[in-house]
Amino acid sequence: MSFVQNFPFFSILLSLGSGVLTSIMNKTVARIWNTFILIVIGAMSAVLFVYLLGTGESFIFMMGHFPAPWGNEIRAGVLEAGMALFFCIVMLFSIKGGQEHIDSQIEESKVNLYYIMINLLLSSLLALIYANDLFTAYVFVEINTISACGLIMIRQNGHTIEAATRYMIMSALGSGLLLLGICILYDITGHLLMSNIKESVAALAASGQYRVPLVAAIGMICVGLAVKSALYPFHTWLPDAYGYSTVSSAAILSSLVSKGYIFLLIKIFYRVIGFDVIVGSNVLNVLFVFGLIGMIMGSVKAIQENDIRRMIAFSSVAQIGYIYMGFGLGTAAGIVASVFHILSHASTKSLLFISGVGLTDASGESKRFDDLVGSGFRNPVAGAAFTIGACSMVGIPLFSGFISKLLFAQAAVHDSLAKMLPTLICLAVSTILNAIYFMRTVICIYTPVQKKGKMEAEFPVKKNSATYNTVLVLMIALNMVLGCTSQVIVNWINMGLAMFG
Amino acid sequence: MGANLLANHAEAVAMILFGIGFSNLLLQKNLIKKIIGLNIMDTATYLFLAEKGYIEGRVAPIVVDNVTSVGAYINPVPSGLVLTGIVVSVSVSALMLSLTIRLYRRYHTLDIDEISTLLKKNEKA
Repeated sequence: MSFVQNFPFFSILLSLGSGVLTSIMNKTVARIWNTFILIVIGAMSAVLFVYLLGTGESFIFMMGHFPAPWGNEIRAGVLEAGMALFFCIVMLFSIKGGQEHIDSQIEESKVNLYYIMINLLLSSLLALIYANDLFTAYVFVEINTISACGLIMIRQNGHTIEAATRYMIMSALGSGLLLLGICILYDITGHLLMSNIKESVAALAASGQYRVPLVAAIGMICVGLAVKSALYPFHTWLPDAYGYSTVSSAAILSSLVSKGYIFLLIKIFYRVIGFDVIVGSNVLNVLFVFGLIGMIMGSVKAIQENDIRRMIAFSSVAQIGYIYMGFGLGTAAGIVASVFHILSHASTKSLLFISGVGLTDASGESKRFDDLVGSGFRNPVAGAAFTIGACSMVGIPLFSGFISKLLFAQAAVHDSLAKMLPTLICLAVSTILNAIYFMRTVICIYTPVQKKGKMEAEFPVKKNSATYNTVLVLMIALNMVLGCTSQVIVNWINMGLAMFG
Repeated sequence: MGANLLANHAEAVAMILFGIGFSNLLLQKNLIKKIIGLNIMDTATYLFLAEKGYIEGRVAPIVVDNVTSVGAYINPVPSGLVLTGIVVSVSVSALMLSLTIRLYRRYHTLDIDEISTLLKKNEKA
């Protein structure tokens, strides 16, 4: 066994262990340590990614010296390693971009608690990515939820506590369904390891035995994870949670936490149930319909918002709808488009949150559009970054959002007529709605302030820290890399999905 | 159908309890009642697992009196899952209760909708 194959296990253990260590550190040490850990885990994932591209096949890592049907396993392929690397990068950018706000908005004594939550979140995300055992995945889903809840409520005000409570309620509903689904699946197959369940499910599907429990289990798992990742209409907690928490939390929650659950769902499609059985069970059609409704309703709600953070949050609802719509197409091309959209949305949404906070800082901390007028001139870097993020969300070529829309449309064209028409129509409508609210914001931030005296004196030009500017430039670069080298990335995604097989 | 239901009556009870817990968690306005719903829901799942893991006439897999035949014992994995699940649900309940306490101290009510209305009012004022 090559030494590199230990890296998935090391990354999970390192982030879990560093959470414990962080609790005895002071604020500054915790911050530096956290950055260091993120870079180390990112580097390990990068090495693993290159190694897997070289070998071209996935490997299974045995946990604790018990062979397959008894012991626990983790498994890594190109897609897993790539996702881990990407999640580390986005998380690092989100934290560094919101660093000033972490220091100013969180109570002095609680800052290292924040880094504990970040470590816990990272380890649970990595475990969700690598786990090859359904019950382990369930436990880490819960850890993910609890640490995300901590990230929301670390900035103490009425809104965040209410949002955290609503988030916990929705998540508890989702995990209840997920747990019951897993138990029924365990009951009819007798296994918890993903590869073993897949064999048994294939046999059950062929013989027609236990058809109803199988479909019920698939339905519960899909709906449970959909509830947890805030698919419309289960999004009620989302705007408050993203709108009032500290900006790094909002960026991490929208770009990573919901994506972790979605990645688990993709793994369940391919590695637990088998894609043909999933398509045959028609559960995907339900996700398809809710995805389409989410695409439209999220955008409509975003247009009605008068608060920039909440607007970006509602845009997330629409983008989650896109991803589930891609699943609902029920073809390999649809899944590829969804995976690409996970990357594209994560990079764009964190960029929008981080640059949005620069604009609100230049407008006296106000998030209302009336006060944001002209903020693009007061904070040029954040203004430019927000414009680029908005272009990417709307789907202008050069940026990542364009590619994911293109992939969705291509996947839809090759599908049956009954799914092609609604998909294309909703894509078009949703793109126009996206353009309405994002372009309105961009126009607003670049409208010169009327010379009526006091406004300009109130909000001076904002001087950004060097870190903030660097992070924004790097995030823009990440977005453009995704947009310009899309063919390579799509090939990697295809390779990763083939490894799921 | 009827015979199946009779043979699996414990599972049926577990499913009904799950439904009761689920709808309480979703529909109740009072936060404490929601948490009670959460616990009923989780416990129903454990009942389901425990019932599925038990085989009539066999004992827990702890070797006493040198009986080592597989036929004498039940599978320990479902019981292990129940224990893990209990740990998870304890921490989730604790977190929910602590959130509830914080909300109650701020707003002096346990009604989540009323809290939302209060928040909106404060925003406008």
